[in-house]
Amino acid sequence: MPTPQNPAQQTVFVNGDSTPVAAHCTVTGLLEVLGLGGKRVAVAVNRDVVARSRYGYVTLAEADRVEILEAVGGG
Amino acid sequence: MSASETRDTWRVGKYEFGSRLIIGSGKYDSFEQNLECAEVSGAEMITVALRRVNFDAAKGPRLLDVISPDRFTILPNTAGCYTADDAITTARMGRELLDTDLIKLEVIGDERTLFPDVPATLEAAQVLINEGFTVLPYITDDPVACQRLAGMGCPAVMPLAAPIGSGMGIRNPANLRIILETVEVPVIVDAGVGTASDAALALELGATALLMNTAIAHAKDPVAMARAMRLGVEAGRLAYQSGRMPQRLYASASSPLDGLASY
Repeated sequence: MPTPQNPAQQTVFVNGDSTPVAAHCTVTGLLEVLGLGGKRVAVAVNRDVVARSRYGYVTLAEADRVEILEAVGGG
Repeated sequence: MSASETRDTWRVGKYEFGSRLIIGSGKYDSFEQNLECAEVSGAEMITVALRRVNFDAAKGPRLLDVISPDRFTILPNTAGCYTADDAITTARMGRELLDTDLIKLEVIGDERTLFPDVPATLEAAQVLINEGFTVLPYITDDPVACQRLAGMGCPAVMPLAAPIGSGMGIRNPANLRIILETVEVPVIVDAGVGTASDAALALELGATALLMNTAIAHAKDPVAMARAMRLGVEAGRLAYQSGRMPQRLYASASSPLDGLASY
């Protein structure tokens, strides 16, 4: 029997890893949970790049694929 | 006033630079070494890549804490992208991350040579230009591809000297000369130089600027090589502006022929 899912929780994929978050979690909420609040990162949800001004408005849905990038050394 | 006395700047989009050397931030031993090389090289623009956040390292200093956007113009790249779509999305991520319209567009076509996928680069460039990006495309040393990119609105083109990280120097100076003669926007030689004479040659040929990473980062003494590259770029630029003497096959004596002693 699959475990019934807590309706207050959902699972999203952050950089490929399944991550439990609250239902209706916003991008802002996710970044805070991950310790990235206020950090210099960029976020895409299901390939759509999320403008920083919209982090508080974009809510995540079950199985959303979230990419969170930072600047690293490169040429 | 001679060329050496005027302030010799160049522009790309709304950005103006004094230094004609652009350096990368990859392959250094530390952020601090990268910063020291940047300072010594005189570079004003530094490339960065975009990758998934490293949660393990997230508590320590990050690249941009050391290579600060307050001090340098940061040029995000789309390195590692093999499709126009991935490069476009990465460019948009870079814009959000860095508040910049600059993008070094790379769409790679082959993992062994890292040569560009030219049609995919053209496709991505058009989309990004339409979205208001200042697109600096890494491209093969192909005059027609460079003309196409300039024609669609790239404010500079960045033909390669040799494969990325190869250090082989300028493999096709003739093509580079054709590009320089036929493309109206600044030409930034990008990738493949190995040492200071390569840098000087690029600028002597008339390149507006030069972008390098590995040649400095993988020198035995990166900081000293950063200085050598600065001097190479400056020497090449000055030689280009000075107008070199014509080459000739036979000698032309520098000492007078008149007044020779007869013993």
